[in-house]
Amino acid sequence: MFRPVLGSLVRAVPVILVVAVLTFFLMHLLPGDPAVVIAGPDAPVEAVERIRAQLGLDRSIAEQLFIWLGQLAHGNFGTSLVLNQSVVSAVIERLPVTLSLSMIAMAIVVPVGVACGVTAAYFRGSLVDQGMMLLALLGVSVPSFWLAILSVILFSVVLGWLPSSGYVPLSEGFWPWLAALIQPAVILALFQIGFLARTTRSAMLEVLGQDFVRTARSKGLTEWLAVMKHAFRNALIPVVTAMGIILSLLIGGSVIIEQVFALPGIGRLVVQGILVRDYPLVQGCLLLFGCTFVIINVLIDLLYTVVDPRVRND
Amino acid sequence: MTDAPAHPPVSRRWVQTLRKLLRHKSFLIGATLVGLITLAALAAPLLTHVDPTAMRIRFRFRPPSGAFLAGTDMFGRDVMTRVLYGARLSLWIGLAVAFLSGFFGGIIGLVAAQFRRLDSVLMRVMDALMAFPAILLAIGIGATLGPHADSVIIALSIAYMPRTARVVRATALVVRELDYVQAARACGAGNFRIIVRHILPNCMGSLQVQLTFVFAYAILAEAALSFLGIGAPPPTPSWGNIIAEGRDYAVEAWWIMLFPGLAISLAALGMNLLGDGLRDVLDPRLQVEG
Repeated sequence: MFRPVLGSLVRAVPVILVVAVLTFFLMHLLPGDPAVVIAGPDAPVEAVERIRAQLGLDRSIAEQLFIWLGQLAHGNFGTSLVLNQSVVSAVIERLPVTLSLSMIAMAIVVPVGVACGVTAAYFRGSLVDQGMMLLALLGVSVPSFWLAILSVILFSVVLGWLPSSGYVPLSEGFWPWLAALIQPAVILALFQIGFLARTTRSAMLEVLGQDFVRTARSKGLTEWLAVMKHAFRNALIPVVTAMGIILSLLIGGSVIIEQVFALPGIGRLVVQGILVRDYPLVQGCLLLFGCTFVIINVLIDLLYTVVDPRVRND
Repeated sequence: MTDAPAHPPVSRRWVQTLRKLLRHKSFLIGATLVGLITLAALAAPLLTHVDPTAMRIRFRFRPPSGAFLAGTDMFGRDVMTRVLYGARLSLWIGLAVAFLSGFFGGIIGLVAAQFRRLDSVLMRVMDALMAFPAILLAIGIGATLGPHADSVIIALSIAYMPRTARVVRATALVVRELDYVQAARACGAGNFRIIVRHILPNCMGSLQVQLTFVFAYAILAEAALSFLGIGAPPPTPSWGNIIAEGRDYAVEAWWIMLFPGLAISLAALGMNLLGDGLRDVLDPRLQVEG
């Protein structure tokens, strides 16, 4: 149990390091001078030079890279150039929004996707099966921001059921929080349900025809037990893999959806940061996204050993 | 699946593949959709005689009618004309991204599979690139290069390259262990010859399938980038920026944003159906991946 976890953690370290270096170079290839941005367009040359020295931008790229990596090792992610706030506190302030959004979306995707997938595998060719295939296809074909705008027109403007934008923290009550996030979360979820259902369906189809399911049925178990306990448990590995991919996709998808619903989350933070060339902020956010992805993968590896004891013994 | 007892000659195999594709329902639907959209994009100047950027304030906010099939926008520009010209941009970007990410991703995948020492380095870099959400990577690179169609192409090609490299590497790793590749090696064939003559041809199937999906992603991502203001700058019509411009009038003048969205959906749907068909016929083992 312990060794595979340790193994995947060790394998994650070089990836995180490469992610950090890549983030750095991505940002330093940006044309445009942050010192000029901070000083303002009419600032005298000396002021720009002073700011450049303050930020360490007058040093060589290699020096800047090592200084930055050194700071990271100390947990120092720098200060935003525009927000007048450390990157860590800017991120922490907005993290609850993105987390809430992804978690609500995940809470919709997993039960609906798995239920649809199992049903579709059990009743092959049925209406559920065909509907699910269609949903999966639309999920990779319809632009999410467009569907989001259409949904706002219907549910917020015409029907007036849900707020069209903005975020309400959980501390102000569960229902206002849910009301603010349910629309963007459902939109995000719609795009992933089809993928999870399709993965579940094909994993279930492989298992349903096997001998041990027939044995479970013939020894008199109810159909429910035979399918859910004996078949589904053995189809879990691909399903868990898909859940990991979906969680990363949801976090990525929230970048666009936060923009449409004016949700003050990490996605909106990073897009605004890119547009005003706020190097440290964008670096910090990109690094956060990259590390989240790596950590999700480690967690998925861990989950394998929980859902399938055979992985543990390998 | 049944194995053919002997390999038919190459030309006949080609015809067989085509015949299988033409019997595949989703391939046919997808190919028809993509074909029609491509034709409409190419024939845009023939189908409409209006300049897509011509402003005619007299005709602002006209709803769809016989004269304006998809209505007009806040500047009196014909929405259908703009969508047709936008199709040219989207298809061009999709094609260019599929080609570039296929070319560079293909090279990286083949090199990683053949030269095992480079493999772990190359794949760690690809893993790291994949750790960023593709759209975020594209926004970052796109913002770096400035609002231009070419920057979208470069940004999306880099964003989708790692996925293509992975697919090619996975196939190449299987192919390179096959007997005939070992035989070629035993005959003294060099690495370059083995890769180009023996491994690459057998990776083409899964590469083509992957690139159809990249094409579909690229159309969607281009729209998202233009929507955020990091694509082709207005007044050049792109499906994404028409939606972005129409958004403020989405309630009163719903047609401005409805039609480009439908166009994006149909184009991506067509490419996805086409890709599903290609996958079933060319590469039955390849699984769906996000």
